Amino acid sequence: MAIVSLKGIDKVYTKGRETVEVLEGIDLEIDEGDFVALMGPSGSGKTTLLNLIGGIDQPTRGSVVVGGQQLVGLSSNKLAKWRSENIGFIFQSYNLLPVLTAQRNVALPLLLTKLSAAQRRRRTEVALQIVGLEDRAKHKPGELSGGQQQRVAIARAIVADPAVLICDEPTGDLDRDTANEILDLLEILNKDYGKTIIMVTHDPKAASHAHHILELDKGQLVKQVA
Amino acid sequence: MNKFSLIWSNLFRRKVRTFLILFSVLVAFLLFALLRTVAGAFEVGIDFAGVDRLNVSPKYSIIDPLPITHLNEIDRLEGVASITHQTWFGGTYQGLNNFFPKFPVNPRAYFAMYSEFEISDVHLEAFANSRTGAVVPESMARQYDWQVGDRIPIEGDIWLMADGGKLWEFDLVGTYTTGGEAGLSSAFLFNYDYFDEARVEQTQGLVGWFTVKVANPDEAAALAAEIDALFENSMNPTRSATEAEFTRQFASQVGDIGLMMNGILSAVFFTILLLTANTMMQTFRERIPELAVLKTVGFTDVAVSLLIMSESILLCALGGALGIGLAILVSDAIGPQVEAFFGTFRLSTATIGTGMAIAVLLGIVVGLFPALSANRLQIVDALRK
Ligand SMILES: Nc1ncnc2c1ncn2[C@@H]1O[C@H](COP(=O)(O)OP(=O)(O)OP(=O)(O)O)[C@@H](O)[C@H]1O
Ligand SMILES: [Mg+2]
Repeated sequence: MAIVSLKGIDKVYTKGRETVEVLEGIDLEIDEGDFVALMGPSGSGKTTLLNLIGGIDQPTRGSVVVGGQQLVGLSSNKLAKWRSENIGFIFQSYNLLPVLTAQRNVALPLLLTKLSAAQRRRRTEVALQIVGLEDRAKHKPGELSGGQQQRVAIARAIVADPAVLICDEPTGDLDRDTANEILDLLEILNKDYGKTIIMVTHDPKAASHAHHILELDKGQLVKQVA
Repeated sequence: MNKFSLIWSNLFRRKVRTFLILFSVLVAFLLFALLRTVAGAFEVGIDFAGVDRLNVSPKYSIIDPLPITHLNEIDRLEGVASITHQTWFGGTYQGLNNFFPKFPVNPRAYFAMYSEFEISDVHLEAFANSRTGAVVPESMARQYDWQVGDRIPIEGDIWLMADGGKLWEFDLVGTYTTGGEAGLSSAFLFNYDYFDEARVEQTQGLVGWFTVKVANPDEAAALAAEIDALFENSMNPTRSATEAEFTRQFASQVGDIGLMMNGILSAVFFTILLLTANTMMQTFRERIPELAVLKTVGFTDVAVSLLIMSESILLCALGGALGIGLAILVSDAIGPQVEAFFGTFRLSTATIGTGMAIAVLLGIVVGLFPALSANRLQIVDALRK
């Protein structure tokens, strides 16, 4: 069953009289539990596509259904609530809050839930355990290595137990070995925890961890490699 | 973690900057609270000045005294309920630091005139019946640690003793209370009779001003005009005004002080406003990607702007509370020393309340623009930066 279903997606940016067609006629289905790598040259629209699936951007035309929810036309508030329950975001530059400890960064999305403080603490602990950083809970991002920061970011992405993880070049800033550790972690999340993962990457080795590879070029899906 | 600790942590992202801002806000509110209290102390004196009392002072110069013979002439006028006189003694008690007004008065007439001052019959009798007797407000006795029976030396400057001596000695025979509201009137009082006998002969029979209780307050202005007319062509013309007006004239500088204080405070707050607004805006700009992340993980636009607004209010309220708190400590510390001059010198609840309200308002104004910008922030644009 498709957890992500995009139909007839166009994304056009207008600047003055100039229009840039960033995405053109995208139709895409991603099954629940899939691990998809999205590749393509710089500027081909990968991030834009990911943002549409994650509900932080809206298409110019077309329909975006994720987890059974039509995202097109949803209000900003409804989208925010929906994201907090359904999507985990992992960015290339980790995007942790520098003033908060690892633990608090991870706990951040739980502030939006009705969970008790004890439940939030428990969930945060589990998330940190999964990424193998329970001993760094009290450290601030500035005191952690890049790989460790990305683990914290992954813990934050999974702490509210969303079905879909969206990763925009999650290993782009990491060396080979650290990148592999992160990719292994993503595989575990996919295999053992059933997360559907959509990952943008430029690195074919990283893409090889995925079940499918999608390729974007100039705003169009050009091929789908099994 | 809760939302408050999120706000709190953000406040201290740049510790030095936050402390500098906090300190500036603190100083501004310390200044506000102290200046308001000073102004308030003066205003209290003015507010409580009797409306049924006239002050008859020399027309041209406060320093130029009036002959005591005026007293009987005024007393004969219709509409005068009672009359007494006071004189500015000047003088110093153990150095210039110990400032308090000293007036030679007629004990019974004085306390009859100022019925709001409370003195026990025993003390009043003792005062009236001892030549060198003096009475002081309780707060003054406490401040200088005087006991009834103490001999208090005052070094004269305006008024010298007949033998040319400067040292006046008074025996403390009692205390009175001013109800804490008397402002400038809370004075060291001693017997006019002794003062008059003991001073240089040529200066005898001169007093500073008269205080007249009018039978009908509605006719106070008319009576004032009548008194002034009486002495118009004498050697010592007078100027009469109700005590409230007199106090206001005496303290017209006070009015200026009030105006000046408001000016200073406005300037201070304006500076603080710019300073904090600039800091909050700077903080906001630095955090655009973080705010986008908060929105990404599900914080609504309103939640993010409230976060910013709360930080701003917290920062200003904290600075305000610290400043006002410090002002309370300061006023507690220096209160006893200045009480003789100001009556009471304590932060009023109105000052504290106004101060905190201004602090919160400052926070709102300062946080408004960053909060609105945070509200409008588009995740996708912000993350691209
Ligand atoms: N707000 C915008 N206004 C105008 N053009 C935009 C805007 N956002 C993105 N674009 C354009 O859309 C195109 C696709 O951008 P996108 O970030 O999706 O590419 P990408 O495939 O993720 O590239 P990269 O691999 O470099 O991250 C680019 O040409 C970009 O300049
Ligand atoms: Mg990209």
